[in-house]
Amino acid sequence: MGLALMALIWLITLVSTYFFVAKTWWLPVGASAATGFIDGQFALTFVLMGIVFLAAQLGLGYIVWKYKETPTSPPVAYSHGNTKLEILWTALTAILFIGLNLMGRPVWAHERLEPADADAVKVEVTGMQFAWYFRYPGPDGTFAKTSVKLMDPSAGGDAAVGLDTNDPSAKDDVVTGTMYLPVNREVDLSLRAVDVIHSFFVPQLRFKQDAVPGLNIHMHLKPTVIGDYEIACAELCGLGHYKMHGMVHVVSQEDFDKWLAAREAEKQ
Amino acid sequence: MATTATVHAHAAPQGFIRKYIFSLDHKVIGIQYFFLALTAVFVGMFLSLLMRIHLIWPQAVLPLVGEIKPETYLSLLTMHGTIMVFFVLTTAPQGGFGNYILPIQLGAADMAFPVLNMLSFWTTFVGFVVIIAAFFVTGGAPLHGWTGYPPLSAVQAAGPGEGLGADLWITSIAIFCLASLMGALNFITTTLDLRAKGMTLMRMPLTVWSWFITAILGLLAFGVLLSAGILLLLDRNMGTSFYLPQIVVNGVVMQHKGGSVLLWQHLFWFFGHPEVYIAILPGMGVASQILSTFSRKPIFGYKAMVYAMLAIGFFGFMVWGHHMFMSGMSPYSAFIFSVLTMCIGVPSAIKTFNWLGTMWKGHIRFQTPMLYAIGFVSLFVSGGLSGPFLAQPVLDIQLHDTYFVVGHFHLIMGVAAIFGIFAATYYWVPKMFGRMMNETWGRVHFFITLAGTYAIFMPMHYLGMAGQTRRYSQFTEVAYQAKLIPLQTFMTYAAIITIAAQFIFLFNLFYSIFKGPKASDNPWESTTLEWVTATPPPHDNFGGVTPVVHNGPYEYGVPGASKDFVMQTDPPVAGAGH
Repeated sequence: MGLALMALIWLITLVSTYFFVAKTWWLPVGASAATGFIDGQFALTFVLMGIVFLAAQLGLGYIVWKYKETPTSPPVAYSHGNTKLEILWTALTAILFIGLNLMGRPVWAHERLEPADADAVKVEVTGMQFAWYFRYPGPDGTFAKTSVKLMDPSAGGDAAVGLDTNDPSAKDDVVTGTMYLPVNREVDLSLRAVDVIHSFFVPQLRFKQDAVPGLNIHMHLKPTVIGDYEIACAELCGLGHYKMHGMVHVVSQEDFDKWLAAREAEKQ
Repeated sequence: MATTATVHAHAAPQGFIRKYIFSLDHKVIGIQYFFLALTAVFVGMFLSLLMRIHLIWPQAVLPLVGEIKPETYLSLLTMHGTIMVFFVLTTAPQGGFGNYILPIQLGAADMAFPVLNMLSFWTTFVGFVVIIAAFFVTGGAPLHGWTGYPPLSAVQAAGPGEGLGADLWITSIAIFCLASLMGALNFITTTLDLRAKGMTLMRMPLTVWSWFITAILGLLAFGVLLSAGILLLLDRNMGTSFYLPQIVVNGVVMQHKGGSVLLWQHLFWFFGHPEVYIAILPGMGVASQILSTFSRKPIFGYKAMVYAMLAIGFFGFMVWGHHMFMSGMSPYSAFIFSVLTMCIGVPSAIKTFNWLGTMWKGHIRFQTPMLYAIGFVSLFVSGGLSGPFLAQPVLDIQLHDTYFVVGHFHLIMGVAAIFGIFAATYYWVPKMFGRMMNETWGRVHFFITLAGTYAIFMPMHYLGMAGQTRRYSQFTEVAYQAKLIPLQTFMTYAAIITIAAQFIFLFNLFYSIFKGPKASDNPWESTTLEWVTATPPPHDNFGGVTPVVHNGPYEYGVPGASKDFVMQTDPPVAGAGH
């Protein structure tokens, strides 16, 4: 029985570890400035937790096999514990866990506590059942007022986000269903939701943030690789949650400018 | 010194109804809780089976339920989570085994408040009936998930099931909270006031410590959830705006304004995180008890184990914000919550170390309770080690609301806690029903369940890394997620096999209760007080005798003792810890 149990525990441990090490299923290739740090922190945490995982599970399997009761077993080591070992173990775990945690601070602080670069592209993201809308402030750099009373999700476009067309700065606001971002430039996002909570998740940009009714949440990120990236809603928002899908197109600055100019032209 | 337990508060009842239905006897109430949880776990498991089938064969038309639509899938996951967390993971270990075993392990004749005990069980039962009723009302069960975040849970127009079904869901939880508060008071009072002579706090079995600390957590946590639930009911039905700012749902401007969406999340997780420990602490107690007994060695670091559980309970109330790193909560607070969360990993690691230390150089006996206790340790390690990933806000950016989280909490508070319940069942059923369970079928059940649960939940970590979001009824709409469907298919097959194996357990349990070989008073050669008394114990637990305790709870293999275990009531043995 001890041998069978050791075999099973070891098998589970080694198979589980194999798929982590082989990266059969792994983080998608990153495409934002935060990727390097986040992926590095992932790798470090994996190595450290992996060592603990292997030591604990393989040790558990070994102990249950080695110390099974037999007629010839020596007497048990009668002991109520070992205080020195307890203190050592506690201190090591505390240093490991808390140290890991402190390392993650700079990136978190950069994205959330510090303001975006002065030349950042402003984009407002609005989530609603079950679509994403993106608003660009246009040449005036100012988002026009919106009002809950003007929101009509079924109409799409300007009306979906409740754009107040009486506001002079509304003239050049562009509302789209697909997100375009210039590469290698910081993006100043503000996230809103009109009905329930949604979450703006772009795995390849290593970005996720809830969009919450009643809040306007500011975040910034920097895409670094040209490409098309899928948005998946990550907060349960109702029966269409699974299909609340969108696209981010990261393009060159020239392509971005052309695209935005074309949208402005459509609007006039 | 504890107050000596005196005469039993009530005489043995004669009629069927007072003896088996509205009983005041903690043992009958414990068994009632146990069977309620057993019913609930099979309901919850059936719902998960439907979910797993739908994810792989979305068009399948199933007997009884028909075709599962996206909103049905969300109702299934809501009800699965709620039933499992409240009516299984909270009910079985605490209400079931805690009720039955705690007074006996303390040397008491009953709980401190037998009537309150009866009331708390029947209140829980009503809560269960109310939540099941949600399936059968117009619109069906709610789809807002077991966490019930408003505005989705607060507005009828937000989706199917958000009408009467959602009201019943909240009402059921509120009823459950009331029942848990009554139960918690009873456990705390009993532990403090009804210990037998000689049963000092530091001689209490670790199971008693775990139930005692769980009760304290319950007392502090369920009151908050109850209040939060009442506010949600008011928002839904009385036009208040505790959780609702001005919103537009389905093109209609709602009449609410000025409320805070995040308020619910704070209140819910202030309950919800301690709830994780309410589910797992009794499992830790049971694992400690069984690992020591079946290794024939004292528990390694008894005091450290007690302090670790107290630390887990204490920190458990200060980490709720780690569920909210992506919520829009102040990003400054994430620092504090994440450091405190890492702190809670430390006592958890101490416990694991001590379990391994307990088995080290022991005489391990592989009866089914021990297999499950060893499985518990393995699952606790696996589920615990994904914690330090999620506790780091920068990694949570990628992992929050993905299958990584689902894998994490299922391993640690789902499967590990269930393994604690299985260990307790195989260990105490002989005492409770007077008959032994079948060992061969117990082992078969164990090996399939351990391999099966790992096969279901370990791949969830890979899926989460790859960005698979949770609570999706289909993965076909997002291209990168559709590529992950083969792994989901594997998990569904693993789930079908694992669920099928649970019928081995069910059969073994019922067959053994009626037809199993008669159990002796102390079949496992354990040391604690429930093994001193008759099997099954008489109405007043010790047959008119009040036990007197002389020894610590885990005196195995004491050098120089006549046998390899010293009961707590045995005369003090030279060389043993007291």
